Amino acid sequence: MIGRRRFIATGASGLLLGGCDRLNNSPRFRDVLRSAEKLNLASQRLISPRDALAREYGEADLSPIFRSNGTRVPGTAEYAQHMAEQFANWRLTVDGLVARPLSIPLKTLRSLPHRTQITRHDCVEGWSAIGKWHGVQLSRILDHAGLSTRAKYIVFHCADRFGDKPYYESVDLIDAFHPQTIIAWGMNGHLLPVPNGAPLRLRVERQLGYKHAKYIERIEAVDSLANVHGGKGGYWEDNADYEWYAGI
Amino acid sequence: MDEDPVIADAQEAELPPPQPRRIAYRHRLPTRLWHWLNALTVFVMLMSGLMIFNAHPHLYWGQYGANFDHSWLSFKGRPIPGWATIPSTYNLAAARRWHLAFAWLLVVPLVLFLVTSLINRHAQRDLAPTRDEVRPRHIWHDIREHARLRFPAGDAALRYNILQKLSYVAVIFILLPLMVLTGLAMSPAMAAAWPWLLDIFGGRQSARSIHFICAMGLTAFIIVHLLMVLLAGPVNEIGSMITGRFRVPPERGR
Repeated sequence: MIGRRRFIATGASGLLLGGCDRLNNSPRFRDVLRSAEKLNLASQRLISPRDALAREYGEADLSPIFRSNGTRVPGTAEYAQHMAEQFANWRLTVDGLVARPLSIPLKTLRSLPHRTQITRHDCVEGWSAIGKWHGVQLSRILDHAGLSTRAKYIVFHCADRFGDKPYYESVDLIDAFHPQTIIAWGMNGHLLPVPNGAPLRLRVERQLGYKHAKYIERIEAVDSLANVHGGKGGYWEDNADYEWYAGI
Repeated sequence: MDEDPVIADAQEAELPPPQPRRIAYRHRLPTRLWHWLNALTVFVMLMSGLMIFNAHPHLYWGQYGANFDHSWLSFKGRPIPGWATIPSTYNLAAARRWHLAFAWLLVVPLVLFLVTSLINRHAQRDLAPTRDEVRPRHIWHDIREHARLRFPAGDAALRYNILQKLSYVAVIFILLPLMVLTGLAMSPAMAAAWPWLLDIFGGRQSARSIHFICAMGLTAFIIVHLLMVLLAGPVNEIGSMITGRFRVPPERGR
């Protein structure tokens, strides 16, 4: 005899869980849960000064080992070629809703005035690592390209692929023009290592790690995310239902 | 309205009087609503939170913490079984959707309850321990009575005893606010808007550890709470949290 109480307890938890899983699979309920993302974005923006800075740390706070995540080496032949050339021919394309589309050689980008910041990288999974980043403020690049007034989002197209799908990410203009949002070419005093996104990666310090696109080859200004890949603004957003707004 | 629980006899409560007994109005409507909303919300928060924990089941102290750093608690694989998580199979994105949506159902009513119960003096009158009650002898006496499963009867059953008061105060005024604040401290946008969040907890990974410890504290509270409801008479106890009306256990002869 298992006993009636045990039977009832198992049945109750089964019902509860079955119910939660069923709700989780219901598109309508998922939409209700998803609406919280807009609430979280709106309320965080309401209480945040537009340029509120993420905490910047000192050298003593650096993680001894800054782990990498996601793609460690993009597997394409093109990227292998760039690696062999030590990225000498890498260019950053800036296009979309801009007055002057750009194709910036990596060397030029590295010679522009840059910002150095020691910040914390928070993965959606829960871990954090502190690293020192060197890069050009995205606002400087966008100002140079002359952003159209129609532009609402900045999309980052990456050289790495998950299966057959390219990695990409996007932010709105508030985060794009935030002073700590940089296109980083260096980390911890050295050029960016391959596992951390060589030669260029995004730092968008008020959002979680998956927003920090690595291996960036193209920046595109758009008025809507609907026509970019899966339409949800990023690889994980399209393929695993992660939130587009990753400020929490 | 009433400062004291309304004592009504069975006839006034429109119940047939099979034997002389007292029905007391013990829980006001806001308390009852908040209780049952929390019964739902806290379970969803705990179970979706445990799924989020499954994504990186290692806890650290300080500003940073990842796989190569020293953790004070660490598990292999995905330690939390499916019967304890929402959803029941590994899905971090879905768990976060549940957690970050239901968080609003936890936070907003919590703030309303804290403010209301301080203004209408429910906190000071019913929850705050009196000086007599916090004497070690009194607490020890209550612990012994509980251990013998001798629960307060008569008028004493209409007031929270010291063990109840201490645990309710701990949950309402310490654990739940800590859950919320440590949760906010883990948000990179919140930490930028309110940098003091990182300072009071000593860093994001410390906040994450405290978040987990408080969640375990809430779990322990729920287990003991449910056990006490079962032992004290589940029909009367659960009924009183639904209708507000509580059948007062008659005094025992000693």
